[in-house]
Amino acid sequence: MDGITNPEAPETLAGYNFAYLDEQTKRMIRRATLKAVAIPGYQVPFGSREMPLPYGWGTGGIQVTASIIGVEDTLKVIDQGADDTTNAVNIRRFFAKTAGVATTEKTAEASIIQTRHRIPEEPLRADQIIVYQVPQPEPLRFIEPREAETRKMHALSEYGIMHVGLYEEIAHFGRITQGYNYPVQVDDRYIMAPSPIPKFDNPKMDHMPALQLFGAGREKRIYAVPPHTKVKSLDFEDHPFTIESWEQSCALCGSSESYLDEVITDDRGSRLFVCSDSDYCRTRRDAGHEGSGLPVPAEPDTTASEPAGESS
Amino acid sequence: MIDRDMAPLLQVSDLSRHYGGQVGCEDVSFELYPGEVLGVVGESGSGKTTLLKCIAGLLPPSAGTVSFDTRVDGPRDIYAMSEPERRMLMRTDWGIVFQNPRDGLRMNVSAGANVGERLMAVGARNYGEIRGNAVDWLTKVEMDLGRIDHLPETFSGGMQQRLQIARNLVTQPRLVFMDEPTSGLDVSVQARLLDLIRGLVRQLGIACVVVTHDLGVVRLLSHRLMVMRGGRVVEHGLTDQVLDDPQHPYTQLLVSSILPV
Repeated sequence: MDGITNPEAPETLAGYNFAYLDEQTKRMIRRATLKAVAIPGYQVPFGSREMPLPYGWGTGGIQVTASIIGVEDTLKVIDQGADDTTNAVNIRRFFAKTAGVATTEKTAEASIIQTRHRIPEEPLRADQIIVYQVPQPEPLRFIEPREAETRKMHALSEYGIMHVGLYEEIAHFGRITQGYNYPVQVDDRYIMAPSPIPKFDNPKMDHMPALQLFGAGREKRIYAVPPHTKVKSLDFEDHPFTIESWEQSCALCGSSESYLDEVITDDRGSRLFVCSDSDYCRTRRDAGHEGSGLPVPAEPDTTASEPAGESS
Repeated sequence: MIDRDMAPLLQVSDLSRHYGGQVGCEDVSFELYPGEVLGVVGESGSGKTTLLKCIAGLLPPSAGTVSFDTRVDGPRDIYAMSEPERRMLMRTDWGIVFQNPRDGLRMNVSAGANVGERLMAVGARNYGEIRGNAVDWLTKVEMDLGRIDHLPETFSGGMQQRLQIARNLVTQPRLVFMDEPTSGLDVSVQARLLDLIRGLVRQLGIACVVVTHDLGVVRLLSHRLMVMRGGRVVEHGLTDQVLDDPQHPYTQLLVSSILPV
């Protein structure tokens, strides 16, 4: 098959096929993706390609996006919730150059959202697809290093071991301390790693109207959660799953419902709490919401014996 | 105690295992009744561990059958079962105490989690109950409860072995396999461990297959004894009878080789 180009965008990079990957590779990835959608939460192996960026920077997500994107799509890329971080800016530019597609920073306007570490605060719709970049797709890996064994455990639904990890956290710290990549069970069957999103975002995955695709480039796995599918975070009856909460609200937009980043503002440990989702924060500010704009002073250090500022 | 009116718990018939041309074990048959402890002795390389692996579902035999009296369906050939069924059986109704605790324990999680793992594997999802069970079983195997959240790596050999026993007994299995449970332990720790195993086995009515080269261990623990040599069973009988009046020349040699204190 010959390469194709975007007729609407003649200024795309010459010599490259539409969205960088050749059409046969895209078909291979789409086959894996279809299988993944058909078996929610199951990790489908695929022939991951070398991409023009290092492993760990989103090679899996990029390949999935490249294989599903069309000329009429609008792409949004976020990294840690923000549209303006290096990873997000470069992946957005990559697709603008190689596919000539429209890009946006607005969640509502995007048809495909590629993400690292967050799910947008604004609820996603049925006509949107979210693509996650996944470093380690195997949720059982931390306790069972053998691939043959983890596959068998998935096949036979032998998932007791996942709770051993949670047990350990409660035994040592009195509560479940896992804060990100919090394991979930999809459609009462496969245990899945939701990629390193904060557990704050886990409830958003449950019965989400948008299709969720996960690409792990280095580990060569694709998995998916189809729209309106049950996604349950693992927990114990007497230690139920909870999400993070903050005493503060966003210093810029005043939101008390979004996931907040803690930004250190000076040498004395003052902190500014701001929304991690930059588009959500900007939309709220444009609508007239306003936060205090002030950093929170450092908490007194109760462990230090000497006055603060003097320690080495 | 042993109930011979009941159906045998484990029935092994004409079991053989070859490694290519090498004989692992050959033509072994026996029955094990509920609550009975069977000792298997023999020198190194006599096929004891091969036999144990075959009957414990870890190594498919070359010939012969191993039939276990399951709670629901009665006697079934364990190698004719589907793999999920067999793995489920191994997690619930069976226990395996390995010679090397590293094979039987998860070294990177705490003692409590090691005991709780089997419960979580069969669906326990209440932290308080799992913790309570772990405390209960660690007490039964005489472990210091202050060590419940410590890693097994930090335990002595005897403690690791006791932890393995607690981990296996927590689902109240009906059959436990033990492969040299006391080797590598010093004599005083060995004595305490044997005392503990004997007490638990009697108290809970667990059937046991104990493989060992140590005649003292079987004298203390087992009701019946099988002597193996070159992969074959050369003598089989009540423990005291075999040890006090050995018939086969090899058994005579074995018994006379015990070092007097």
